[in-house]
Amino acid sequence: MTGNWVLARRRALAAVPVLLILVLATFLLLELASGDAVDAYLVTSGGGDATLVAQLRQHYGLDQSVLARLWIYLAALAHLDLGWSVAFDRPVSALITERLPNTLLLMGSALALSFGLGSLLGVVAGARPGSLTDRLLSVGSLALYAVPGFWLGLVLVLFFTVDLRWLPGSGIETIASGKTGLARAADIARHLVLPVAALGFIYLALFLRVMRSAMAEVWQLDFVTFAQAKGLSRARIVWRHVARNALLPLVTMLGLQAAAMLGGSVVIESVFAIPGFGRLASEAVAGRDGPLLAGIILVSAVMVIAINLAIDLLYAWLDPRIGARQAG
Amino acid sequence: MAFLRRYLRSGAGMAGLLILAAIALAALAAPWLAPRDPLAIAGPALLPPFSDAGLPLGTDRLGRDVLAGLIHGARASLAVGLAAMAAALLIGSVVGTVAGFAGGLVDEALMRITDAFQVVPRFLLALAFVSTLGPSIGTVVLAIALGAWTEPARLVRAQVLSLRERDFVAAARVIGMHPAEIAFREILPNALTPALAIAALIVAAAVLIEAALSFLGLGDPNIVTWGTMIAEGRNLLRTAPSLSLLPGLALVVTVLGIYLVSEGIGEALDRRGRAAP
Repeated sequence: MTGNWVLARRRALAAVPVLLILVLATFLLLELASGDAVDAYLVTSGGGDATLVAQLRQHYGLDQSVLARLWIYLAALAHLDLGWSVAFDRPVSALITERLPNTLLLMGSALALSFGLGSLLGVVAGARPGSLTDRLLSVGSLALYAVPGFWLGLVLVLFFTVDLRWLPGSGIETIASGKTGLARAADIARHLVLPVAALGFIYLALFLRVMRSAMAEVWQLDFVTFAQAKGLSRARIVWRHVARNALLPLVTMLGLQAAAMLGGSVVIESVFAIPGFGRLASEAVAGRDGPLLAGIILVSAVMVIAINLAIDLLYAWLDPRIGARQAG
Repeated sequence: MAFLRRYLRSGAGMAGLLILAAIALAALAAPWLAPRDPLAIAGPALLPPFSDAGLPLGTDRLGRDVLAGLIHGARASLAVGLAAMAAALLIGSVVGTVAGFAGGLVDEALMRITDAFQVVPRFLLALAFVSTLGPSIGTVVLAIALGAWTEPARLVRAQVLSLRERDFVAAARVIGMHPAEIAFREILPNALTPALAIAALIVAAAVLIEAALSFLGLGDPNIVTWGTMIAEGRNLLRTAPSLSLLPGLALVVTVLGIYLVSEGIGEALDRRGRAAP
């Protein structure tokens, strides 16, 4: 257990310079952009005179130099304060905590679907390498992996919302439905079916392929031959011996895809009009909102780092040969 | 040559090569296959596919030729994919070589920067970059490359670390070659293979990211891309689904072709059949 703490603390320390680089890069990027938050505000509000512009700049501290603003931002960040969004005129942390649950719900459900069903189908394909089922699943998953998520979303909307009218194709819940408790949860679940499928199916294909090829390698190992020689049933060998030992590469892949999945949900949120984290990012950029964009990038980086730490701890738990100490 | 022979024996590799060759041919021959400006109006609006021999796949909301759009879209997809891959490999191999060869603080600093780029979702990075600097084909390529160089950098660095202690490097030092010359002329060419092996996957990811960016309205507005075509067809999903279905299918076939080529390269590089993910 102490090994886990050592690993967690070391990761947290290593994250500090990484996050610092990200803050610097965000500020640099916004310096390269044309116009600041006040310019962006004036474009949407229809303009204003020079006094108003100067007043606004002073109010939000935009009249100061980049370095001064960067310093103020970092000083606040040291107290875990993500600053004030200029575009929304609200604290960045409030905006993020408001939007993040929708994205986490979407990502989490898609991850559960793709990992669960993907590994299951991977076992089916990997149980008999080279069989017809294996070939069909391999080709099918490669084709599915080539499908852009946003387009899959549109195709699903075409079938299930436009043609069959079974499922809603936009939003996270019915507006002003007045539903509470279980009825509301069911309503949200209905809204999530299509976006989760659009985001999850592509990763399902990936997990299927990783599981299948990992199993193909385990089949070659001596202990499987031994299990066969002992006369164990095929099902027992597949599940207890081969699939179980092929799980580790799958867990690694889960960590590697965490960042990609967060990025993928940005597009899916836009297709299905879900007010999530990704939409907030688009709005931050459109509003030249430095603190908000930096906050979004920092929070997503922290999430990815945390997921990878969790994966490493899980890895050490799944494979006792790898101590948490070595996993770092 | 042995590599080529093994590649040609791979079924997946050959299938992928045929698919990509067809698409690349269409992209290269676009000025002859569809000589008119694909953004110009070619006929009546919303002509359904297969109803006019002159406009085989019909027209969109504004009467633009869908087939011409698909052909010119192939140009954009392949060009962005290949350019982003080249840029990512260039940045990645320079960073990887310098980090691995210099070691110490330089290595530490470069690897922390690599970490920083790796923990931010690539698409979020590309989105932020393109929307701040404005959508043009150059910023799109750069935005995609910025998210894609980290993996080649790590692969090249790992190779450089194992290569720099070899005898031929020591020999180069003895004859008085400049360290930069040793790093880039002696070590880098030998360290590139693992990074080249994932080149096809970088192209595939780049094609998909470019499509998603143009779908969100962040593509170059002066060229036709499949992502823009899908986005424009989206509002007519009920009346003319083919407008968003066809460019999507073109994307799927292209990306599938690239994956198959990548699988062929994998099989040719090692016989144990390291599958593409």
